[in-house]
Amino acid sequence: MTKRDIVIIGAGPAGLAAAIAAYEAGVKDILLLERDREAGGILNQCIHNGFGLHRFGEELTGPEYAAKYIDMLKDTSVTLQLGTTVLDIENKIVSAVSVENGFEQIEAKAIILAMGCRERNRGPIFVPGDRGRGVFTAGAAQRYLNIEGYLVGKRIVILGSGDIGLIMARRMTLEGAKVLAVSEIMPYTNGLSRNVAQCLEDFDIPLYLSHTVTKVVGKNALEGIEISQVDENMKPIKGTEKYFECDTLLLSVGLVPENELTRSAGIELDPRTKGATVGEDMQTLESGVFACGNVLHVHDLVDYVSAESERAGRSAAEYVLGNCAVSETPSKNVRNGLDVSYTVPQRINTEKIEKSVDIFFRVRKKIKLAEIRVESEGEKIAAFRREFLAPAEMQKITVPKVLLDKANGDITVSAIEIEEDAQ
Amino acid sequence: MYDVTIIGGGVCGAAIAMYLSKYDIKCCLLEKDNDIAIGTTRANSGIVHAGYDPEPDTLMARLNVRGAELIEELALKLNIPYRKVGSMVISFDANDEEHLKELYERGVANGVRGMELLDKESLLAREPNLSEEVTGALYAPSAAVVNPWRLCLAMAETAAKNGVEFFLDSEVTNIEKVNGAFSVTAGGKLYDTKYIINAAGLYSDKIAELVGAKDFEIRPSKGQYYLLDKTSDWLVKSVIFQCPTEKGKGVLVSPTAEGNIIIGPNAESGNERDDVSTTREGLDFVAQEAAKTTKLIDYRENIHSFAGLRANSDKRDFIIGESALCRHFINVAGIKSPGLSSAPAIGEYVVEILEDCGMLLTEKDNWEYPAPHICFAELSDEEKAEICKREPKYGNVICRCNLITEGEILDALNSNIKPRTLDGIKRRTGSSMGRCQGGFCGVRIHEIICNYYGIPAERVLWDKNGSYIVAGKVGGKK
Repeated sequence: MTKRDIVIIGAGPAGLAAAIAAYEAGVKDILLLERDREAGGILNQCIHNGFGLHRFGEELTGPEYAAKYIDMLKDTSVTLQLGTTVLDIENKIVSAVSVENGFEQIEAKAIILAMGCRERNRGPIFVPGDRGRGVFTAGAAQRYLNIEGYLVGKRIVILGSGDIGLIMARRMTLEGAKVLAVSEIMPYTNGLSRNVAQCLEDFDIPLYLSHTVTKVVGKNALEGIEISQVDENMKPIKGTEKYFECDTLLLSVGLVPENELTRSAGIELDPRTKGATVGEDMQTLESGVFACGNVLHVHDLVDYVSAESERAGRSAAEYVLGNCAVSETPSKNVRNGLDVSYTVPQRINTEKIEKSVDIFFRVRKKIKLAEIRVESEGEKIAAFRREFLAPAEMQKITVPKVLLDKANGDITVSAIEIEEDAQ
Repeated sequence: MYDVTIIGGGVCGAAIAMYLSKYDIKCCLLEKDNDIAIGTTRANSGIVHAGYDPEPDTLMARLNVRGAELIEELALKLNIPYRKVGSMVISFDANDEEHLKELYERGVANGVRGMELLDKESLLAREPNLSEEVTGALYAPSAAVVNPWRLCLAMAETAAKNGVEFFLDSEVTNIEKVNGAFSVTAGGKLYDTKYIINAAGLYSDKIAELVGAKDFEIRPSKGQYYLLDKTSDWLVKSVIFQCPTEKGKGVLVSPTAEGNIIIGPNAESGNERDDVSTTREGLDFVAQEAAKTTKLIDYRENIHSFAGLRANSDKRDFIIGESALCRHFINVAGIKSPGLSSAPAIGEYVVEILEDCGMLLTEKDNWEYPAPHICFAELSDEEKAEICKREPKYGNVICRCNLITEGEILDALNSNIKPRTLDGIKRRTGSSMGRCQGGFCGVRIHEIICNYYGIPAERVLWDKNGSYIVAGKVGGKK
């Protein structure tokens, strides 16, 4: 068994940023494990631009964004080991397998979980009908197109308006496919507004809100898709069916953090995010195990993944170097208030905060203007004004330590709709 | 000239092929699709019934009990996913309880061992997640779950290793009787044979019709299912049936051999023979029925909904034997539930029938099982280290959900009955069957198939003929 100071699982944007931050914080013995043949994770197939505006102040493509971090890695002593799949984690012993090294076990002082997420597929959303070839998740079709060089179909219907689906609507159109419709079961889109404008509106691709797929037709290969309007309970309304002859149905119906390793390691997960429960230092409830990026909660922007992961990397380094602040008082839970669907972190130890803490959250509905209220035991301790909130766009508030110190118990974050003149 | 030609590569055809391969005869199997195990065999509950359901003195009763014993043996020898989880038939009222007593008596008559009638308390002690409305159960510890297509593939592989010839993409379109033998046209080729075994499942009456011996009718009955992620494995420990009705054994909630949870099926009659579509109504009905068994099912954990077709017939029992209308034409038809449980016993029984028909069968002395299937995920740490040293490709994980390695995929490609499709690899290895349903690994397996056969990506099939995965290369000539 080999020993390492920090083992990071996953060399996508989260793992890369965590590795570099941990190295810069003073830990030199870092092993970064990646199951794919290259580092960069999902960024490698995201060849469109729009990455890095916050982080680097310029618009980069996915591979360019990844390359910046991979280049930074070259000047460090971090070991990047590709083609390696982690099988399990037990008591900070990581079991992994690769062609190069076969089966190996590595004992780590700290572990950073950065496994990313996967796409929700046909199973949980019940797309009824035949099961012929032609139903792909948008990300799988993206990989076929951008990495392998193949179009999965020529006439496309997309179910769900997540960002990958929107990006693929444009991408496949540019490659000569006909995108006939994007059907979204919610009354609003699930992707970033800029993607709706740039990927659908600019290409005259029809968007059907409050519509879902009610039938897949085609025994061996897909022949057509029927969509129907849904009522307020998301039940299809008879008589509203529309039929599209097509050879492909792309699904862009959400992402799920990939926490199989976390779960089997017995680390507590938050049912709201489906990621680990973490504190302000990105540490899970298992001492010395940290989590960041899409394995923790699904982000919209890679820039935020990098920032969060750098924090995880620094915290892991402090843990290894023994510089962690020690606190006698237990952490306070951060809870959902009105119209907030989750928060990260889920726990905050105010004594361990230096200046402030970033709280990420999502709202449950579209809100034009809101007061983001931070409360503890019924008392307002901080408030922020935010415009144009939507479930599809992750929100962030930075709460100063001085305000958080006023919290006497659990902390609640709510999004209260306010009128324009009520400010 | 073949001695025996088996029509149909489902679990019955495969079992018959395996038992016939023990004898010194020339035997082949004709399958209309591009792989075996893709009709009724690939879409059913995967339950090895204990044997208390069929009425005593039926073929179903005899073959079920014997078949269940044989499946246990085969699973061990060939490393087929199998777990003896036991079954519960639960009752909700006094009527049901009477019914359970009848089933118990029937089970005793059929030779089922170890059954117990449980009261509510002991039932809930074993299965704490069942609904409060249950009043008791018939517990049968010998019931099991098996991966049905893996059982079929393992038996077919054994047959192929011992000399049975398999012809895929060989739909039987004509049968002529020539000088007391048959000349079968399949996939455009002629196969002369002394005996025909009609194991054509949903199409067995059509095959019988080709020799003018259609004295039964297949009435397909569709059943729809949910398959939940392994994260729901806490739900039930054993197969949970409700009391059977006229329509069938009803909606069950059960672990699968691999540790998922399967829920279904409903029963729809009047289907086309190739209609395996799911419907909202059908799946809603299944969910509604399953809610009587347990209220704790989380359908967000569903990873796959599918439908299968039962090859029911107009007869009460299995139709197995030489046709009264055509000599040396042996029907193995109308194999409804408990068909999977009975399959190996059907194979044994067909050998007896052939002997009764006057066929001379001498056992081979060099018959053997193929090497058992390697499943990397099941190996101990030491075994994993060892096998990676021997063949580094076992260190390359392709399917991350179910931990299937390149080594296992190459084993499947190198097997006797070669898969040519993505789904063929899936059935042999368990790849793409986890929560991502091939989202990550599909592309990689596609690439492995291309490299193995030396074919372009556009020619690789997802499943049945015509199901090309990709439409074309980007930037290529139009």
